[in-house]
Amino acid sequence: MAERPMPLWEVFIRARTGLAHRHVGSVHAADAEMALQAARDTYTRRGEGLSIWVVPSAAIAASDPADKDMLFEPTASKPYRHPTFYTVPEEVGHM
Amino acid sequence: MYTQALNQADAGSVGREDPAKLERFEARIDAEERIEPNDWMPEAYRRTLVRQISQHAHSEIVGMLPEGNWITRAPSLRRKAALLAKVQDEGGHGLYLYAAAETLGVTREELVEQLLAGRAKYSSIFNYPTLTWADIGAIGWLVDGAAIMNQIPLCRTSYGPYARAMIRICKEESFHQRQGYEIMLTLCRGTREQKAMAQDALNRWWWPALMMFGPPDAESAHTAQSMRWKIKRFTNDALRQQFVDATVPQGHHLGLTFPDPELRYDEATGHWRFGAIDWEEFRRVLAGNGPCNRERIEARRRAHAEGAWVREAALAHAAKRQRRADAQKIAAE
Repeated sequence: MAERPMPLWEVFIRARTGLAHRHVGSVHAADAEMALQAARDTYTRRGEGLSIWVVPSAAIAASDPADKDMLFEPTASKPYRHPTFYTVPEEVGHM
Repeated sequence: MYTQALNQADAGSVGREDPAKLERFEARIDAEERIEPNDWMPEAYRRTLVRQISQHAHSEIVGMLPEGNWITRAPSLRRKAALLAKVQDEGGHGLYLYAAAETLGVTREELVEQLLAGRAKYSSIFNYPTLTWADIGAIGWLVDGAAIMNQIPLCRTSYGPYARAMIRICKEESFHQRQGYEIMLTLCRGTREQKAMAQDALNRWWWPALMMFGPPDAESAHTAQSMRWKIKRFTNDALRQQFVDATVPQGHHLGLTFPDPELRYDEATGHWRFGAIDWEEFRRVLAGNGPCNRERIEARRRAHAEGAWVREAALAHAAKRQRRADAQKIAAE
């Protein structure tokens, strides 16, 4: 008997530290409410978080690994975007 | 743990891959880069990983059964809470691993179906029965101890989602081994009968625990390819020796003896040398003829069948709510 596939959700958790929600894994669930419940049971058994997001996996658009160079290589040639590119005389102090 | 899948054949088709892509892939592996789900990878790498990760997941799920057997009979509330938490962790670990396997293009339903149909393997260790409470101590100490030994190197395995799942699992699992050892220690400091129970459990679990690392390197044909691709980082025999060296002094501290007359400390190398493993027994259990193989699969089939109506109802309920929400949206427009 072929079962109907249970939808897949990506799980994001914000830890106590006040950082942004971070991807921790995925769960299968029929709807958002059950996905939250499953994410809580699966990914927060030891006080890992204070807030959970679940997002249907199918709703995520991702960049193609093949485009990696085209997308990210240009920043390598732009050192002027970093503070260390600029010279400030030592006597001016910390800036 | 439960990487016995790495010893089975199927990595034969590397020659058919695009040589340029293969070379780039292997250069990334050599540079210790992680391979991620959408990256190009050789088919044999993908198949090896699906088999290995799903077998690992199945082992976690089936591994809940021998211990679950004792939850209602744990000797104290403290022990019961710990065992319940451990078994729940194993369910969680199975789910992390299924999710990692699914990133390689298989569905959860296919993986579960393979297990229930008896086409997928799981670790040989879970086909042994848990006859007394001491077995729960021995499983935590020896089986989880062996698993941790095997899993720590997997935190650096080349496939990103598998490595990340393993990091999480290793962090959670160290309590499993410690609670097992604590059970053994309590029994060994108890009455003569309690200590005898601990000794009996060690006698029964020692050799199966050593078998968990899989066949000797000489017979493990695919270790080389898996090591080349950094799916596997140490050989079966190296990990087994590491486990014996760590575990024997712990057993002596308990005042127990190991069921191996040939076990002796080798001063020259600093290793504990052990006797021959009965690989015939290992093959028999892996082939489906261990003491509990039929019972384990039967229990999984029953649980899956009895849960079918819940899954159907949840999907039907979600579909109904979606239809109502859509209808309201149309009405509002």
